[in-house]
Amino acid sequence: MEIKMDLISEDRINSMGSMEKLRFVLEGVKSGNIMVLEGGLTSEEQMSLIELTMTEVDEDFPGIEMSGYPSKKGFLNMRRKARLTVIGPAKIMRTMKKEKGLISAIISAF
Amino acid sequence: MKSRKRKGILARLLRLLAFRKRTAKIGLYGPPNAGKTTLANRIIHTFVDENEDMGVSTDVPHETRRAVRRGGIIIDLKSKSVQNPNPHSNPDSMLKRERAKLKLDVVDTPGLATKIDFHEFMAYGLEEEEAKRRAKEATEGVIEAIKWLDDIDGVVLVMDSTEDPYTQTNIVLIGNMEARDTPVIIAANKMDLSDAAPQRIINAFPQHSVIPVSALKGENMEKLYEEMTRRFR
Repeated sequence: MEIKMDLISEDRINSMGSMEKLRFVLEGVKSGNIMVLEGGLTSEEQMSLIELTMTEVDEDFPGIEMSGYPSKKGFLNMRRKARLTVIGPAKIMRTMKKEKGLISAIISAF
Repeated sequence: MKSRKRKGILARLLRLLAFRKRTAKIGLYGPPNAGKTTLANRIIHTFVDENEDMGVSTDVPHETRRAVRRGGIIIDLKSKSVQNPNPHSNPDSMLKRERAKLKLDVVDTPGLATKIDFHEFMAYGLEEEEAKRRAKEATEGVIEAIKWLDDIDGVVLVMDSTEDPYTQTNIVLIGNMEARDTPVIIAANKMDLSDAAPQRIINAFPQHSVIPVSALKGENMEKLYEEMTRRFR
């Protein structure tokens, strides 16, 4: 079984509105793709993605697996965006380990 | 998303000015099976009625699928004897106890998750139809828990000390609370288990208060209550 991985540029992501962005990610994941987002999603966007995902969960689509590097705080403690977010279908992305500076995705497509 | 943040800032300003809330609404959040309902029951048993339960806790994930709110709880450490394995160990705790009083509403929320597979419920012996029904209700529960974040003044994030704390749902929840400037206390639950490693949670989230507890056995609860009265006032 082939697994498609989409590496989405920050420019492409930033050109979308909030809901458009989440719908784009979720549709990609529901199609079986692993979506890697340069620049990532904010915590609020990730929470909204979880909420949106729950409305789509059914017998064939149990949900998503998601990981990313946390936001870095910048000048005057202003929050910045996450640096990278990886989202995939929970059905094939069974485990995700995360350490400092390393995200390991284990894909099992059988 | 922006309006949520704006609301958080406005609520904070109002609290800082004259409209400080007399009752704090505290959400018990966390992944499924971390012990949120057990903690909620422990709070009720200690400060309200030892025969009252907020919910049922079992080993089956997503046992709580609707948020449950219990109002009018007064955490008064001065008048209440809370189980403490070594009550003479900390002289400061007597001083803190003098002031330690907090009126709160507790909201026991369904477990946050990014996936809900009905097959997992079947592994606990549920029939397929029942498992599918529970999965459907669990998805609604996750949405409900997220919606409640808009009405919460503080969060006790309950984590299982025997599990890897560095999950995305924990990180996302903490990130959201930081963005809203809502106070968070992490309860590193199940410290009574032999494979518990609360230090992992402390290491993972060094910027937050992490209190190792056993909600089931009532261990170290006084520390958690003291921190709640300090942070959620």
